[in-house]
Amino acid sequence: MTCTHTHPTEACSSHAPAIAEQPIHIERRWPEEGHTRIPNWVYTDPAVFQKEMDVFFNGKTWNYIGLECEVPEVGCYKRNWIGTSPVIMVRTDSGEIAVLENRCAHRGAQICWQNTGKVKDFTCPYHQWNYDLNGNLQGVPFRRGAMGKGGMPRDFDPKQNGIRKLRSVNRGGSIWATFSDEAPSFEEFCGAEVLAEIDHMLPGKKLKLLGYSRQLIPSNWKMYLENLKDPYHATLLHTFYITFGLWRADSKSECIPTGGGAHSVMVSHNEGKKVTEATSEMSRFRNDLELLDLETVTPRQEFNRGRVGGAWVFPAAQFGIQANSLKTRHVIPRSPTEHELVFTYYGYEDDDEEMTRLRLKHANLLGPAGFVSMDDSEMLNQVQIGVTGYPDARGIVEMGGRDTEPADYMVTEVLIRSFYQYYRQAMGF
Amino acid sequence: MPHLNDVSAAALRAELRDLYEDYALCLDEGELEAWPDFFTEDCHYRVLSRENHDAGLPLGLIYCMNKNMLKDRVTALRETTMFEPRSLRHFISGVKVREQHADRVVAQANFAIMESLSDREPSLNMVGRYLDTWRQTDAGWRLANRDCVYDNYRVRTSLIIPV
Repeated sequence: MTCTHTHPTEACSSHAPAIAEQPIHIERRWPEEGHTRIPNWVYTDPAVFQKEMDVFFNGKTWNYIGLECEVPEVGCYKRNWIGTSPVIMVRTDSGEIAVLENRCAHRGAQICWQNTGKVKDFTCPYHQWNYDLNGNLQGVPFRRGAMGKGGMPRDFDPKQNGIRKLRSVNRGGSIWATFSDEAPSFEEFCGAEVLAEIDHMLPGKKLKLLGYSRQLIPSNWKMYLENLKDPYHATLLHTFYITFGLWRADSKSECIPTGGGAHSVMVSHNEGKKVTEATSEMSRFRNDLELLDLETVTPRQEFNRGRVGGAWVFPAAQFGIQANSLKTRHVIPRSPTEHELVFTYYGYEDDDEEMTRLRLKHANLLGPAGFVSMDDSEMLNQVQIGVTGYPDARGIVEMGGRDTEPADYMVTEVLIRSFYQYYRQAMGF
Repeated sequence: MPHLNDVSAAALRAELRDLYEDYALCLDEGELEAWPDFFTEDCHYRVLSRENHDAGLPLGLIYCMNKNMLKDRVTALRETTMFEPRSLRHFISGVKVREQHADRVVAQANFAIMESLSDREPSLNMVGRYLDTWRQTDAGWRLANRDCVYDNYRVRTSLIIPV
C-alpha cells in the first residue's frame, strides 16, 4: 500500500513515522555583532532547548550530582537530574559511589521515586526487576514463565541488560558524572582555575550536610547561569550586598572566563560597610540602613579570609561561599521557560557549634528567601516575560567592553560574552 | 501529655485559634511591622521544607534566631528588596494543642497560602504546618518557637513575605 500523504510531518496509518536521525537543525541566525548580542530566541525556542540538552547535558560535560556526605552508608542513595535525565548516586558495597541512570532497563520506570533513601538493592516497582547497587540485573520475575509457558527468550542475557552506570568521579567529596565516553577527564574538563576553586571549598575535610533549598524559577536555565556570571547586577540590585560591603563595585575583584568561556571564576572581597566615590552611582546604597542583628552580615574569619565568590562549573553547577554559608548550587532545566534551582548547604564535620550556627544564620542571605537572592528570581521571571514577547529582539552585553579577556574589576559583562562565544560555537550558531 | 479537663482544653484551643487568625490577618493586611510582636525576644522562627524537617536537617530558608532578626527581615522587605507586588491570603485550620505546661503550650496548625500577583490568576503558593511553642508572658501568649514546615517540594519563584 502506498502512502498518499505528502506532508512529511503527517503520520501515515500504514507506515511507521519517519525517525529523525539528523542532529537537530535550527534555522536561526545570530546577530551580526557576535557575542556582544544575545538573541531572545535562545531563551524561548523548544528546539534550541532540546539541542542544549543533547549537546551539553548529554554531551562531553561533567555534571554535578551531589556530595558524598548525602549518602553516608552502603545502600544510601540520592536522586538527581542531569539536564532532564533522572539519575541516582548510590554508595555501593565497596564503599565507592556509583552514578546510575534512574530508569529501569525493562520499561523505563524510575527505580527510585524518592529523593533519598537506603536500600539493599534496587527493585523496579513496575515488574519488580531487581538490580544490585552497581545496576547489574539480578532478577527478572517469571523469567522462565509460569506453568511451563511464557517467560523471557532463553538467550536473554541479564549481564547485557543492567541499568547504565555513568562515568563518575569524586573530587574532595563532590560527585560528578558524564554520559559521554569521549569526555576528557574531570580535571581536564574543569581546568586549573576551576579545579582550584572546588579544592578551596572542599579541601578533603569530611563534610556535614545542613539541608537543601529548592525553588522553581519561571525562566530559562541560562538566565540563572548568566546571573552568576554577572557581577554588574549584584553591585546595583542587591542593596544588602552593597550596603554591608558583602559585594561591591569598589571592592578588589576578579572575573576570569575559563574553559573557552563555558566555566568562570568570579571573586570579590568582603570589605564591610564603607562610603566611597562609587557609592553615589549605586542608587540603592543605603548608608542609613542599620540592622539590629549585625551578625547576619558579619562572617567569622575562616579559610577564605574574606574572599567571596566562586566558580561556575558548566553546564549547571556553582561552588561558592557567602559570609560563612557554604553551598553548592545546581540548575535543573525543566523546559525552555522553567528551571529548578537547588542549593545544598554544608559545613565541615570539624565545625564547632558556633560555626554551624553561623553557617545556618548566613544562609538567610541566599536561597529563595535570601536577603540578596530573592530579588534575582523575581527579576529572572520579569526578563523571561519580556523576552518571550519579543523572540526576535536581542540583549546587549557590552559593559566593560566587547572583548572576552579576564577583568580585574566588577563592572563588566565579560563572563557572559565569553559564555556566548563558547555557546555559539558549541551549538553551531 | 497531661490530662486536660474538657472545658479548659476547649477554651485554650479557642484562644489559640484566635491568635492564629490574628497572625494571618497581620500578614495578609501587610502589617509587617506588627508581625514581630507575636514573638518572644528570644524566639526561634524558621521556614523549612518538609524534606529538611523529616531528614533532621536544620537548614531554614528563613531562620531567625531572635526577635531582632524578625525586625531586620521586615526592614529588608521594606527598604532593600525588589519584588513583584502581590497579595497573600493565609488559611489556617486544624489548630491542635499537643502539650500543655505551666507557662507554655505546644501546638500545631495547618496553613495554606494563596498568592495573587497583579496580572495573574491566584495560585497556591505554599501549604504546610506550623509547629509551635507558645509562651505565656505578661503581655499574653507569644511564640517562643515557630517552625513553618512546608509540604511543597519547591518554592515557587521566591519566598518574600514570611509564612
